Amino acid sequence: MRHEFLDHHSGLESPIHHLDPRAKILVFFAFILIGVSTPPHGFVIFILLAGGLISITRMARLPLFHLVKKLLLILPFLLVITASIPFMKKDTVAGGYNLGLGGLSLSRSGLWILWNVVVKSCLGVFCIILLYSTTPFPHLVKGLEKLGVPKVFTLLLSFMYRYSFLLVDEMHRMKRARDSRSFSRRWFWQLKTIGHMIGTLFLRSFCRAERVYVAMLSRGYHGAMPGVSLERFGSGEYLFIAIVPVLLFLRFFLG
Amino acid sequence: MKSDKVIEIDHLSYDYPDGTSALREVQLEVFRGESVAILGPNGAGKSTLLYHFNGTLIGNGKVTILGLPLLKENLKEIRRKVGLVFQNPDDQLFCPTVYDDVAFGPLNMGLDLEKVRYRVERALKMVGLQGFERRSAHHLSEGEKKRVALATVLAMDSEILALDEPTDNLDPAGSQALIERIRQTSQTKVIITHHLALAIDLCNRAVFLQAGRKVEDLPMERLLENRALLERFGFDADFIHWIYERKRKIKKN
Repeated sequence: MRHEFLDHHSGLESPIHHLDPRAKILVFFAFILIGVSTPPHGFVIFILLAGGLISITRMARLPLFHLVKKLLLILPFLLVITASIPFMKKDTVAGGYNLGLGGLSLSRSGLWILWNVVVKSCLGVFCIILLYSTTPFPHLVKGLEKLGVPKVFTLLLSFMYRYSFLLVDEMHRMKRARDSRSFSRRWFWQLKTIGHMIGTLFLRSFCRAERVYVAMLSRGYHGAMPGVSLERFGSGEYLFIAIVPVLLFLRFFLG
Repeated sequence: MKSDKVIEIDHLSYDYPDGTSALREVQLEVFRGESVAILGPNGAGKSTLLYHFNGTLIGNGKVTILGLPLLKENLKEIRRKVGLVFQNPDDQLFCPTVYDDVAFGPLNMGLDLEKVRYRVERALKMVGLQGFERRSAHHLSEGEKKRVALATVLAMDSEILALDEPTDNLDPAGSQALIERIRQTSQTKVIITHHLALAIDLCNRAVFLQAGRKVEDLPMERLLENRALLERFGFDADFIHWIYERKRKIKKN
């Protein structure tokens, strides 16, 4: 059914796709750290970081427009949280803008905060989008594991990945069954049904979890998930990781 | 040959925690090399019985698998020898890729990576899915999922295969392909099915369960002669005879 939301681009062929997931995790993590630690007026660094990410997108042969569209998905959440800051924050020193609408004023420091939050979240989320668009999820999980993320988390991640598809399918099936028997389009009257659906989904997932665990036991599971090794860490990976010192240089000598 | 019992079940009863009685005083013996079909209506206790073969469930009564009594301390050994394939392949395939799923059993058995790789390759070849190693289970068709699920236990070199409705949910071509793969395995087999053509094709013995009790246990040829029994369980006896005769004629020619 609708499975494209996660592995839409991760199966493509490109130099970036072929890199070891560990290298990609490290580099994108460095991008995020440097982005977050840059002061809001460090425009040069922001532009360079964005340029770096766009070049990686190009090298990975990913459609930039498509990734930016994905980025737009977070904007509503971001704006709900931050939109009020410029209006609520009161400047102690002069520098606000009076809008003359019943005493509504725009504060300059508030605007800086808004810019700061928006630019850093966009950078961070774009890094994550780029990471999962260039790395198949199983490799990503293995990469995290090799970098020392506790097994409990990587195990949870890989189960979540495997079963999110089934959960989505199950939800679509239930929705279809509901729609074929309900004639009111108003969601408010369906609240009770939606509640039942969520409950059913939870119970079904719970039962499935039990069955999966039994299937694991049947094949000799005894508490440790056997790991499969990743391949080489070659010159390409080292070259890619070389971006990290460059970023650090930018941050400390330009910022 | 006949004396080599691989499964011995003596007065087995099982009640689910909610009080539902699923099995009552079931007796069953399976010999090495046999293929046994377990037939019966929904809710007759077929799956519950199958889950006792590898200790997924432990009921009241005596269960002996390959000479080992079904006790907690023998579970590891028993699970290594009994390959259980669940009805829903989405429950059986829980790893991110096909390779990881097929390798899961052998790795848990403590084999080294080289051997595991060989076993995975061999098992996938046996089910006709070479080259599927890096695919994710959710990108496979239902028939492919069922075949990978079978490969996960074939890779463990189990002595007994216990299959829960292997052709359930498959289209005719998919179920025929799976039947052929199962036929090529040499292990002792116990197969739960509603698909009588499969049972006739693969099994030499039929066991009927009803309301938790074993009601019939007979060789496959005798079942085909027993019109009353077939009709009692809702099978179309005429149609089954027609198929069976045709198959016999084809085999003779």
